[in-house]
Amino acid sequence: MNDLNTNTNGEYAIEGNNLNIYYGDFRAIKDVTLKFKARKITALIGPSGCGKSTALRAFNRMNDLVPISRLEGQVLFRGKNIYDPDVDPVEVRRRIGMVFQKPNPFPKSIYDNVAWGAKINGFKGNKSDMDGLVEQSLRQAALWNEVKDKLNQSGLSLSGGQQQRLCIARTIAVKPEIILMDEPASALDPIATLRIEELIQELKQNYTILIVTHNMQQAARASDYTAFFNMGEDRAGYLVEFGETDSLFTNPQNDLTEQYITGRFG
Amino acid sequence: MSHYPEGDALLAQINGRHRRGAIWRTLFLSATIIAVLVLIALLYNVVNSAFGLTAVENKVDPASLAVDGVPLEELSKEQLVNILAAHISTGLGRRLERDQLFFETQTVFEDPALFNELCASAEPPAACALPARSQEDVYRLVLERVVEPNVVQTWSLADSVLHRSAVLAQAQQEFPDAEISFRSWLTPAFITTPQSSEPELAGVRTAILGSLWVIAITIAFSFPIGVGAAIYLEEYAQPNRINSLIQTNINNLAGVPSIIYGMLGLAIFVRVMEGFTSGAALGLMDDSTTANGRTILSAGLTLGLLILPIIIINAQEAIRAVPGSLRQASLGLGATKWQTIWHHVLPNALPGILTGAILSMSRAIGETAPLVVVGASTFITVDPSGPFSKFTVLPIQIYQWTSRPQAEFRNIAAAAILVLLVLLLTLNATAVYLRNRYSTRMA
Ligand SMILES: Nc1ncnc2c1ncn2[C@@H]1O[C@H](COP(=O)(O)OP(=O)(O)O)[C@@H](O)[C@H]1O
Ligand SMILES: [Mg+2]
Repeated sequence: MNDLNTNTNGEYAIEGNNLNIYYGDFRAIKDVTLKFKARKITALIGPSGCGKSTALRAFNRMNDLVPISRLEGQVLFRGKNIYDPDVDPVEVRRRIGMVFQKPNPFPKSIYDNVAWGAKINGFKGNKSDMDGLVEQSLRQAALWNEVKDKLNQSGLSLSGGQQQRLCIARTIAVKPEIILMDEPASALDPIATLRIEELIQELKQNYTILIVTHNMQQAARASDYTAFFNMGEDRAGYLVEFGETDSLFTNPQNDLTEQYITGRFG
Repeated sequence: MSHYPEGDALLAQINGRHRRGAIWRTLFLSATIIAVLVLIALLYNVVNSAFGLTAVENKVDPASLAVDGVPLEELSKEQLVNILAAHISTGLGRRLERDQLFFETQTVFEDPALFNELCASAEPPAACALPARSQEDVYRLVLERVVEPNVVQTWSLADSVLHRSAVLAQAQQEFPDAEISFRSWLTPAFITTPQSSEPELAGVRTAILGSLWVIAITIAFSFPIGVGAAIYLEEYAQPNRINSLIQTNINNLAGVPSIIYGMLGLAIFVRVMEGFTSGAALGLMDDSTTANGRTILSAGLTLGLLILPIIIINAQEAIRAVPGSLRQASLGLGATKWQTIWHHVLPNALPGILTGAILSMSRAIGETAPLVVVGASTFITVDPSGPFSKFTVLPIQIYQWTSRPQAEFRNIAAAAILVLLVLLLTLNATAVYLRNRYSTRMA
């Protein structure tokens, strides 16, 4: 049995150690070490192209989908390096879910959008169990009241903000431990953005959340920890500063961080 | 100092840009008009021959054959047989009777004792095993052998409509005995009767059935294989030298002339695999028609090879067009690669895949050359009964008729072209309907 070890990582839900990520010969991430506390929200911020998405995708092996990408270092989850040869990325992604920048619901009904992930992951239960799971997931994603009367309509018929909450519902329906979010609100209007932020605060009670954002206020408002990335001369992204959000925003240790959060570059 | 035109110069500059746009628009419109004109010309050409006035001279006037005022086609079988007996030679009568009896219990032309003897012999005539002829059958024989309608001249639809009186006058003068009538060569009987050497009596039933059988085998063979290959090439094949060589070759195969596929089909399916394509290996050989390897199966497989590259390429395009975000969503939920392909990639690519299949089906149904090479029969009157039968298909039937000297064959060729067009449109419309219904369900 190659199940991810049930040991915990100690006080961290997941940690990346000495990560270097390459696209072909180009190094996109340089020597990044990051540890994430369980049931906390950590924001990854930094200028465009500094490798935030690349770093985020390293935590559920989504970079595997890019044939030219390569990773050095290790990502520990439940005491196991998820890049070990005996680890199946399918299991990793089942436990570490992802919400993408652009809402991407399946061209299926709202109900099936939520139920599909459960089905393919071997959800055991009858129709009413599944109904319960769908309702619970949609409630947790703060979408239930808006869609409960039209569960058979296409997920694509919803507004952008609703679609993104549907994607969140779909992700939590498979009961992951960690949710990765790559600028989940960047394609949405301010009101929809606010709703997503509130939702993320709710989700914190049950999930460890890593969120990439280019919106400084959002990071300051919505996260417990913040990691600030920048890129060097060689355009490789590196971690400049990492700490509790309050102290990082009020009392940055690094000049670059201060310049960035005060809007003087980026 | 601005580098841009201002005032009148600006207006002139903008107008110039609009004018250039208008020129292109006119060019594109002309291209469309030319395409439409070509289509109209094509249809006109076909319809012009498929309908029109005909002058028919009967050797015997059917009205004179009526008995007590009952018209010929309503006479009983006995009366019709009597008419036949009165007009044809005993020799011909015997031949017809050996093909199929006129009455269950008695013979008309043949000596009963001799007939029984024949039936007991080593090679009994066909009639021994068949039921007697029906009334319609005998009526057809009377028409064919006694009335002997002979189309002496046909006029095109355009002449028949626009110069009707001139045509009628000319016909009166040249063929005083002929019966002039407006005739559609495309009739229900044309579709339901088999091939015949008499253009008036010939139909396309055999060819329609042949075309349907062949196309069914073509699709059944090439669709699953084509889609399967496309999935492999798009989803699984590593981008290495061998796979890019395969890809290049598939692209090139799509452009190979169809006659080459005919030669390939002849060499492989008809010759090498004869045991299989004739049905002999499976013990299913169609005895009545010893087709060897020149069967519907060989034809279907040959056309299958012909459209395989087209199906693969179109399916690849369709699979490639499935948005990456959908794959990521699926994989991000913990789906395996195959679950992603089966539940998301294929359903989303299906409308595109089907479009490719429809296009290639249209191509296959009109192919003539490779089937001539594979050995389509030039003259058969027996319906194909399965994949191991001899066959002919509509385009081949049309081709043969157009190359006959008698003018009437060109009329029935035109009618057969209309049948082919309708068949093609029906198949396409069905496929498009299925595809659209499927895509709306997805959205
Ligand atoms: N699939 C890819 N193939 C090649 N290079 C990529 C790919 N994805 C990202 N990159 C490169 O990696 C660097 C970091 O990109 P990304 O992680 O998307 O940055 P961010 O999310 O911070 O804007 C950029 O220089 C980008 O061009
Ligand atoms: Mg990004």
